[in-house]
Amino acid sequence: MIDFINLYLVPGLTIGSVYALGAVGISMIFGILRFAHFAHGDLMTIGAYGVLTAVWFIPLHPLLLLPFGMALAIVAALAVDQFFYKPLRKLPTIYTVIASFGVALIFRSLAQLFWSSGNQVFIPGVRPPLVLFDTFRISALHAQAIILTVVIAVALHFFLTRSKLGRAMRAVSDEPELAAVAGLDTERVVRWTWVIGAALAATAGVFAGMDTSMHPNLGWNLLLAMFAAAVLGGIGKPMGAIAGGLIIGIAEETATYTWLSDEPLISPSYKSAVAFFIMVALLLFRPQGLFKGRLL
Amino acid sequence: MSALLSVQGLTAGYGGVPIIEDIDLDVAEHEIAVIIGPNGAGKSTLLKTVFALTSRISGSVKFIDRDITALKTAQLVPLGISAVPQSRNVFPTLSVDENLDVGTYAAPPGDKQAVRETVLELFPDLKDKLDQPAGELSGGQRQMVAMGRALMSEPKLLLLDEPTAGLSPAYLEIIFDLLLDIRKRGVTILMVEQNAKQALRIADTGHVLVSGKNFVSGTGEALLADDAVRRSFLGGAAT
Repeated sequence: MIDFINLYLVPGLTIGSVYALGAVGISMIFGILRFAHFAHGDLMTIGAYGVLTAVWFIPLHPLLLLPFGMALAIVAALAVDQFFYKPLRKLPTIYTVIASFGVALIFRSLAQLFWSSGNQVFIPGVRPPLVLFDTFRISALHAQAIILTVVIAVALHFFLTRSKLGRAMRAVSDEPELAAVAGLDTERVVRWTWVIGAALAATAGVFAGMDTSMHPNLGWNLLLAMFAAAVLGGIGKPMGAIAGGLIIGIAEETATYTWLSDEPLISPSYKSAVAFFIMVALLLFRPQGLFKGRLL
Repeated sequence: MSALLSVQGLTAGYGGVPIIEDIDLDVAEHEIAVIIGPNGAGKSTLLKTVFALTSRISGSVKFIDRDITALKTAQLVPLGISAVPQSRNVFPTLSVDENLDVGTYAAPPGDKQAVRETVLELFPDLKDKLDQPAGELSGGQRQMVAMGRALMSEPKLLLLDEPTAGLSPAYLEIIFDLLLDIRKRGVTILMVEQNAKQALRIADTGHVLVSGKNFVSGTGEALLADDAVRRSFLGGAAT
């Protein structure tokens, strides 16, 4: 039992936190701009490299240097929106979807250009996990990722329900034309959506990069699981995306547990198929997601 | 009497194709003005054009002696114009309270709490539904939320596009009574209405639009009594 928690549930919650933070942005961007942002994974990569670069110059813990990664991701997202997505805003959204594919390739190539295509680490060396109650083991990074995700989820909930900007975002997501009739500045809402989505993507990217290693394909490899999380939570429902991310993460990890025999139920090398399986099943049987989101 | 809203020679439409042509229309302060006419006459287009939601081709729009022809929708709300579209006029996943709150975001600075109380006085039905998502309400209640949201920015002029569309006759009476109440509070109303006869009864002035052109304007009573209007648009003989 304790092995299940230590080796499957906690890692599941950790990777789930990464998916959750990425899926929030995907879900919000879909809600407000109405397109699937395929460059979101690579936006995570850019943000994570921002922190990696800061680590080279400033001798602080990578998580304390997160603002540098957030800033880089935010600048990249706003620039891309201004030059690539905004001119396409009036056209059918499929144009923007394809454009975001192109942006994904641009981001990845730039990452290879500036930071090389090899693996890099944030902090060299192995650190022992924290041991609580003699048997419960959790690495500091996993604890940080899970706690920070919970804090962000709570903050996001209050932001969306209580603040003027958060309510304006939900209004634009609900009925963009009515929001314009009510005199809301929809472009301002769009900018803030990118700011929040990019900041959370950078955070997710750093956790993912610290958990394994940093490389230019980091975010791209996580993209489909994050889409699965956004669909699971209901498109356009940021809080649903958080729940969806955690569920997908836990499902992936626990699918490799020795449920039926001494062998893993699913070989660990196939575990990423679990996310796709969940996504396909949802799109077939419950396309609105768990929390009544918009149909894709 | 100087007009609150003055539309002169307005031609507008979508993508450069005119739907309404050379429209002249004045709305005096504190009146209910109704635009009637057959389907496809351009009634909604006229209303949307006043609110800068179509592409204007020529003509001018003045609001309290200020030329607002070139202004955008987001600039009109702070000046004191609000609009309620015909359909999809509430934010369905936002609660009733949040819908009303969003109505204040573009408003000029003022006492939001007092305005909210006034709006809830007008629509007491909404008081015990404040925490419900607006999308779960009945059609009539949604219309009230939509009008309430528009009134939250303390408009001088309220534009309504078929406020009774799809409502039961009972609600039609309620909405028309509310319009009289709203006018009593100093808000001028310009509305498009399908239920022409009932609308003209509460209207101070009426404008009949045919094929994108202004056919005739007059007081509500005069239009109700006008033979040509009655025959063509009000379904036959005098009542």
